[in-house]
Amino acid sequence: MIVVALFFYLFAGICVASAIMVVAARNPVHSVLYLILAFVNAAALFVMMGAEFLAMILIVVYVGAVAVLFLFVVMMLDVDFAELKQGVLQYLPVGMLVGGIFVGELLFVALTWVIGPGIPQAVTAPIPANIPNTEAIGLVLYTRYVYFFEAAGMILLVAMVGAIVLTLQHRVRVRRQDIAEQVARSPSASIEIVKVRSGQGLGNNL
Amino acid sequence: MTIGLGHYLAVAAILFTLGIFGIFLNRKNVIIILMSIELILLAVNINLVAFSTHLGDIVGQIYALLVLTVAAAEAAIGLAILVVFYRSKGSIAVEDINLMKG
Repeated sequence: MIVVALFFYLFAGICVASAIMVVAARNPVHSVLYLILAFVNAAALFVMMGAEFLAMILIVVYVGAVAVLFLFVVMMLDVDFAELKQGVLQYLPVGMLVGGIFVGELLFVALTWVIGPGIPQAVTAPIPANIPNTEAIGLVLYTRYVYFFEAAGMILLVAMVGAIVLTLQHRVRVRRQDIAEQVARSPSASIEIVKVRSGQGLGNNL
Repeated sequence: MTIGLGHYLAVAAILFTLGIFGIFLNRKNVIIILMSIELILLAVNINLVAFSTHLGDIVGQIYALLVLTVAAAEAAIGLAILVVFYRSKGSIAVEDINLMKG
């Protein structure tokens, strides 16, 4: 039991510390790397809670896709980040104020919450005891929540099309392949056969 | 010393607060603001999964999966808008984003 507690504090501590560094780092590339660290540790917390599938999905989606996307954008945009960093201390008091108020409110909730007596009996889809987590999610996701699953797929499709449409740009003076023109070429238009007499070279025939 | 629901909720609350704090602290840098939103969504996911495993209800994990999907789509669209904005303005400062103000 003590090992579980130790690992929890290890993962939670690294997660919170790297989240602090995400908002406090000077270089946005470092921010993205700390974000990756925070997500990996959150995935470890998911594993400790017993949600292995979501932990792996978190690593695949966030560390594999979203964080790399962030890295691409940060490195592609040639922005003077030192200039953007100016005036941060000016916003520090109001940020501290709002954050403090928020933590206070959450502590109020945390100190007094109870789970209602009827709620543990009223679970919608109980987690089966003898099958793995991934299988349990699949059994519910593809049957009872299949419309939500398809809606999520549509959202991803729309986001993909939207991102492509937004960033696609048609340049004017770029040579592009024109397939119709290539197909319509005939030998008479592209090849010229000349008879070369020996000793005279191409001469006037060219 | 047992780790219960309250511990995970505490971590999620701290992460959520850090996300809000990051939005206030880096008001000029859109990229950091987007990353702070990702932190907030991660905190929400931790809450959902903690309650799901504590109550023995798998629906919380389904919901966390949907939140993850929407977060990924939001990041892709947000970064695409950012790239387009940078092409037209040459900057990503928040105070330059006032084209629609009139």
